[in-house]
Amino acid sequence: MAVLGRICLLLALVVCAYGVFASLYGVRRGRPEFSHSGRRAVYALAGILTVAMAVLEVAFLGNDFSFDTVAKTSSRTTPVLYRAAAVWSSQEGSLLLWAWLLSLWSSLALFLLRRRMREVASYATAVLLGFGGFFVALMIFYATPFSTTKPAPAEGAGLDPLLRFPTMMIHPPMLYSGYTLCTIPFAFAVGALLARRLDAEWIRATRRFAFAAWLFLGVGILLGARWSYAELGWGGYWGWDAVENASLMPWLTGTAFLHSLMIQEKRGMLKVWNVSLVLATGTLAIMGTFLVRSGILNSIHAFGGATLGVPFLVLISILIAGSVYLVTSRAGMLRSEHRLDSLVSREAAFLANNIVLVGLCFVIFWGTYFPLISEALTGTEASVGPPWFDRYTVPLALVLVLLSGIGPVISWRRATPANARRSFALPLAAALLALAVLLATAGTRKPFAIAMFACAAFALAAVAQEFVRGVRARRALAAEPVPLALLALVRRNRRRYGGYVVHAGIAVLFIGVAASSSFQHVVETGLSPGQSARVGAYDVRYVRPTTTISPANDAAHTGSTLSLGAVLDVSRGGRHVATLLPSQGYYSSPEAGLGSVTAQLGGQAVSHVSMNAGITRDVWSAIAPDLSAPSLQRIIAVGNRTLPPQDAAVAIGYLARAYLANPPPAQFRLIVSPLVMWIWIGGLIAFGGGLIALWPSPSALRRRARAAARTRVAQGLARA
Amino acid sequence: MAVLIVIIALVLLAAVIAVIGAPLLRPRAAPPAHDAERQELEAEREAKYREIRDAELDFRTGKLSRQDHAAIDAALRSEALDILNRLQRCGSEDSKPEEATGERSTPRDA
Repeated sequence: MAVLGRICLLLALVVCAYGVFASLYGVRRGRPEFSHSGRRAVYALAGILTVAMAVLEVAFLGNDFSFDTVAKTSSRTTPVLYRAAAVWSSQEGSLLLWAWLLSLWSSLALFLLRRRMREVASYATAVLLGFGGFFVALMIFYATPFSTTKPAPAEGAGLDPLLRFPTMMIHPPMLYSGYTLCTIPFAFAVGALLARRLDAEWIRATRRFAFAAWLFLGVGILLGARWSYAELGWGGYWGWDAVENASLMPWLTGTAFLHSLMIQEKRGMLKVWNVSLVLATGTLAIMGTFLVRSGILNSIHAFGGATLGVPFLVLISILIAGSVYLVTSRAGMLRSEHRLDSLVSREAAFLANNIVLVGLCFVIFWGTYFPLISEALTGTEASVGPPWFDRYTVPLALVLVLLSGIGPVISWRRATPANARRSFALPLAAALLALAVLLATAGTRKPFAIAMFACAAFALAAVAQEFVRGVRARRALAAEPVPLALLALVRRNRRRYGGYVVHAGIAVLFIGVAASSSFQHVVETGLSPGQSARVGAYDVRYVRPTTTISPANDAAHTGSTLSLGAVLDVSRGGRHVATLLPSQGYYSSPEAGLGSVTAQLGGQAVSHVSMNAGITRDVWSAIAPDLSAPSLQRIIAVGNRTLPPQDAAVAIGYLARAYLANPPPAQFRLIVSPLVMWIWIGGLIAFGGGLIALWPSPSALRRRARAAARTRVAQGLARA
Repeated sequence: MAVLIVIIALVLLAAVIAVIGAPLLRPRAAPPAHDAERQELEAEREAKYREIRDAELDFRTGKLSRQDHAAIDAALRSEALDILNRLQRCGSEDSKPEEATGERSTPRDA
């Protein structure tokens, strides 16, 4: 079946090349049939890559180790669900996923916009197929997912145990959907610049895709943070890692664009800014993909031994140079149609929010690429750590949360001092009340955290006030019960109220971030059964050790050969709070020349975190058992010497019994973090709001709203 | 297996040629020259309608005073009329400022 996969890739490359030619020929020569054919090339690409993806999935699910990528990243002991997701755990498979998602989203966008902006869409089709062709060419010439080895190995190396986690199955598709969706507004911006149609139409047409990119990228980032927190043994959700940052940067510029596009739609302003933001977002999405695959920066998320740096650098150079040329050469057409009426207006608040978001992106960009910059300037690679990022990002995040409260309560065009006073009174009172309560209870120990709580209180009160006022206005018109009025209000103004919900979610998320990072208690200690440690207000007692043997019995369902763990009793003030069961899984190693027992246990050892999560705090635990104890090492050595591979399980069973009978002290990492849960809840609220804003209005509602506005205009006509 | 792969590949190739080639076999007339301009104006009109509704909602939720709203609303309506006039010149179906829609004359925007 690998041959079929390779045929698909070759056919896909031909289709991309043809599609680029047909789209450009069609638009330049005024031959719509060619443009139409070019658009259909995107649909064909989606079909071909779906077949290629299916071939690879079948190989993974069927344990076809003649495929090199299957042998490298899967095994018979890898649980079937993780085998299905292992497709995108390798460089080659993830390239295929990228290209496939790009073709699907592009097809959807071009299908929905098939009757609009024909000229712009033709250029956009060429750009999207150019991206598709680039990724397909990478798979043909650099990293093919369909390379094979004969004879096929009897067993594969298995999926990296760190990736055997439910959210990791959907994290890459979400992130890649976000990245690939970023290329759609990018392609239409390039199309609008090439076609010199720089009004708000291209923005209006692609706004939904920019929103979808923001949503998917955000969900992907949050899932990655959740994986880091619940799977990696350090207990954090964000480490300012290069690859994490790479996904955050396009999200930040995308967020800025979603705000500033409204100003262009309404006022014909910020055209240069908007087109630059979209081009930057698309380029940053490609740069994010480049960072994972080039091997130029160290990251636990990057593909090791990656060799795709040069082709990506060429692509990024073309994107940057092309973007700069297009924007500067069309500068005359990108002049604003209006000026800012007042600094006290929603436009001004959005502008400030844009400056902060782009400032954040710049800081993160500088910190992420600093190793490269320092090496280029001084010859020595130096990197910056989390404290450097925190120094700059925390104040900017404070301003951002504050602005997320200011935006909703201020009107478009201009706000009079009297109205501003009325709108700001309640949010300001909420912020001051929160500040007073926090200063009285927590003092001034953590000023940034306290300032963040006050800013979040301001934003939440502002959003709540908007909903209350909106419902009141609705009820004054329709005399509906409150729930119905609320529903009608949101249905009729999805973008506005969906956006407010997003603001509330972000404020809640930052409350969780500020609390958990400022008021966290961490203890690292060695304990034997019966001993206790104190973490914050909690006592944690190591009750007894636990073990499981054989991949089928692994309590964490990750297919580990042996798992050593502990039962921990968590109490507060003598009262039982929770029982935690952290463990560490030991996995088989594909390395040759190991003894029969070491081959079963010598792979990566992965911590399986156990936590008691609550709305006020999480009690988090991880264990690192001591497998190097002499009594245990003796069993492994004897097993290696005397047992054939098929009987290694006997020694592992004996090892487990010995560990239970006489457990050596184990190392524990114990954390009590307040309000972590609110990070995930805030994320869910924000993305729920995003869905509300993204959801299309029923056409009947749109028609009614349009007719109502038309009537108002007609009144003006009658008076004129 | 080899035969099956050849068959699948041929079917795929035929499907791709059919999908991509179909528009070339039945060429369509180019859209009228003013089509793009009309689409732009329609987008502007929708944006302006949305702006009118937003200003109305800002007024009803207390963010705009009656005086400010009246001034902004008048300016917006005048801009919308200008767009509608331009649309009418383009021959848009949906460009007549007032149609017999039976809608109430007061918009229920909230």
